[in-house]
Amino acid sequence: MVSVARIQPDEGETHYHVRAGTEGAIIDAENFNLFYGRKQALFDITLSVPRGLVCALIGPSGCGKSTFLRCLNRMNDLIDNVTINGTMRIEGRDLYDPGIDVIALRKRMGMVFQKPNPFPMSIFENVVYPLRIDGVRDRNLLEETCERALRGAALWDEAKDRLKESALSLSGGQQQRLCIARAIAADPEVLLMDEPCSALDPIATSKIEELIDELKGRYTIIIVTHNMQQAARVSDNTAFMYLGRLIEFGETEIMFTAPKVTKTLDYVTGRFG
Amino acid sequence: MPPDSGLALTPTAAPRGASRPTDLLARGEPFLWGLGGALGFGVMMIAGFLLLVLWNGIATFYPRPIHVVTLVNGDVLAGEPTRTESFRPPAAEVAALPPSTQVTVATKLGFADRTLYRTGNFDLYGDDFRWVTDYAIARITTPPDLYLFERLEWGPFIGRIKSVDLAGATFDAGGIPLERLAVAHDEARRRWRQIREIEHDEIGRVNQQIESERLALRKMELGAGAHTPEYTDAAGRTEARVAAMTREYEGLAARAAALKAENARYTIALADIKGREKLLPLAEIMRFYPANDLSIFGKLGVYVSRWGEFLTAEPREANTEGGVFPAIFGTFAMTLLMVIAVAPFGVITALYLREYATQGRLVSVVRISVNNLAGVPSIVYGVFGLGFFAYIVGGTIDEVFFPERLPNPTFGTGGLLWSALTLALLTVPVVIVATEEALAAVPRSVREGSLACGASKWQTIRRIVLPRAMPGIMTGLILAMARGAGEVAPLMLVGVVKLAPELPIDGIFPYIHFERSFMHLGFHIYDVGFQSRNSEAGKPMVFVTTLLLIALVALMNATAIMVRNRLKQKFSGSQF
Repeated sequence: MVSVARIQPDEGETHYHVRAGTEGAIIDAENFNLFYGRKQALFDITLSVPRGLVCALIGPSGCGKSTFLRCLNRMNDLIDNVTINGTMRIEGRDLYDPGIDVIALRKRMGMVFQKPNPFPMSIFENVVYPLRIDGVRDRNLLEETCERALRGAALWDEAKDRLKESALSLSGGQQQRLCIARAIAADPEVLLMDEPCSALDPIATSKIEELIDELKGRYTIIIVTHNMQQAARVSDNTAFMYLGRLIEFGETEIMFTAPKVTKTLDYVTGRFG
Repeated sequence: MPPDSGLALTPTAAPRGASRPTDLLARGEPFLWGLGGALGFGVMMIAGFLLLVLWNGIATFYPRPIHVVTLVNGDVLAGEPTRTESFRPPAAEVAALPPSTQVTVATKLGFADRTLYRTGNFDLYGDDFRWVTDYAIARITTPPDLYLFERLEWGPFIGRIKSVDLAGATFDAGGIPLERLAVAHDEARRRWRQIREIEHDEIGRVNQQIESERLALRKMELGAGAHTPEYTDAAGRTEARVAAMTREYEGLAARAAALKAENARYTIALADIKGREKLLPLAEIMRFYPANDLSIFGKLGVYVSRWGEFLTAEPREANTEGGVFPAIFGTFAMTLLMVIAVAPFGVITALYLREYATQGRLVSVVRISVNNLAGVPSIVYGVFGLGFFAYIVGGTIDEVFFPERLPNPTFGTGGLLWSALTLALLTVPVVIVATEEALAAVPRSVREGSLACGASKWQTIRRIVLPRAMPGIMTGLILAMARGAGEVAPLMLVGVVKLAPELPIDGIFPYIHFERSFMHLGFHIYDVGFQSRNSEAGKPMVFVTTLLLIALVALMNATAIMVRNRLKQKFSGSQF
């Protein structure tokens, strides 16, 4: 790697094009560190994600993108030996405040995973799962939600006649859209997407990308992706991470055309990663 | 390298690779033969075992011809040939034979064949079976007028019908109206069943009521004391009720006696091959047939009727004859109860171990201990079940709830419930291990999906993990069931008995009698084969009962597997 020689001496410093203020930001991280046991995985992340926009997290494998994403709905709680410090806020409220209701928090954050993970039940039951766990019994409300979520995930036309069939009978791309429908069924504020297209073929991928475009505005979307073109196509802001640090954050257009840090340039132009 | 390769033909260039053929060991073929051979050997053993049981079990009830064997010494016997074997007769016996026979034996290297005849007529001669050596036989005939009578007592009778007395109308050997005899026999059997019903069910019910009245009074005595006015009052009422029941009892007994008197008017006189006679009431004959004069349909009729009796009737003759219905029922009820007990216990334990407990040293120790429990000899569980369940738990239950019955134990002795619980304990490691594996196999991604939707851990387990793990859990239960249904040793200590015609479920309140001892097919095999007066007579029953036990276990497993596969189908869509 030629670029190693050109790493800037002040690597710990993040370069911001626009320092989004806390107002207008829905998620707000400040000097956020995370350790797996003794190994530090995130270093001093300070980042404000603006409401209603799409924010892409890019960076080479192991740079902490997914870890950061999973901190937002506290999925890292499931892993033993994780410790954090620093602050992470959603709408000004500390996510890691001991008094916070994690379950309520997760309901505000829909999450879509790398591989489609539909539940082994019917399509209908998959979509209304978030309502079911809240104990909703009202048939009309469930059906209404199901249709709204499936329409929102652009799956309604394909699935409306087979709602009673097993979700596992859908194709991979359809399954992933089903997972998106499930994630938006409870009407969250934020949609977290962890490489949602990495297991899909190009056609399914383009459908998901169109969908992200449509969902923009209604939800704040944070998407982790390995695919630079995808980040360029779908996002408004892009954060570049490297070895657990946030290197550069700014508008996507600038990030991909005129980044300020050489490392970012090297990565987006494909010189490493 | 093929021989026609140009390269190989040129003497200067040695063919590459041909110089050193690949080592046989390296190619692994000897191992392959070994592995395949081991599999083949295993399959052969299982197939051989099943075939043996199947053949012996299926053939047992088929009626055999009756041979009349006249011996060289003038003796005569009649019986069904059961099996033939080669043996070495004692030298003194051979020396006493005529010279030509001696030569025959000598050409067979001192061996001779002998046949085992089932001669029946135990009451006349004191044995059921007789070995007959080939060279001792002068003549074998199969006369068509020989009958085989299956009796309620003394085993089969082989002989001729001498005369019949059908309520005063007597017929002699020449002119027996067989159809009328058959009708009279059916009616006598029907009356016999009525008698049994009265004696067993109705009189049993009345006795039960009298006993419960007595117990209620005793309870009162224990509670209020024997000299209180309430007690005297209750005693008076009880006496009146008991008197009414006694009258009912007498009425029933009179009905039974009338039927018995009617049955006594139908008799049949039999004569065995040597002319010794026997007079039998018609009602005491299960079935009879002319063994040498039976069409193929007649034989099949006897075959089916014997199977019917075997599957639905109670045992007779120290379990060597009759049916095994109580044993089938007991095995089934006990296994079902065991599964009901073991399923929640094992699944809950595994859930806690896998999903909630902090995976540390303590959990490892627990897990190893659970696995080791599977290796404890089953008789140890029997001892534990008897000591803990029957004596401690059952004894306490008796003291608290059934003090009036003491010193007779109710729950304080072996019974259906304690057997089921003991076997549940025996099989719980299997369920725990299988469930843990099934839980571990539920993909993390699906769990995370559920948690990310805002489900709590318990909701995730209940709605996602458990349904998904259900086929694996079912597999564990199937294994446990198979093990439990075939287990005998611990049951001998905690509730299985040789003969228990009273089923653990009947029409008397509270309908399911958990405290009753019961019969079990596995124990039945042991009892018939090794504990009966006549092991030769019991042998066919051993095979039939074994066949039945295997069939029952296979049936229960097949049902469980079907349920599991239907569950599996839900999850077998595209795995993407």
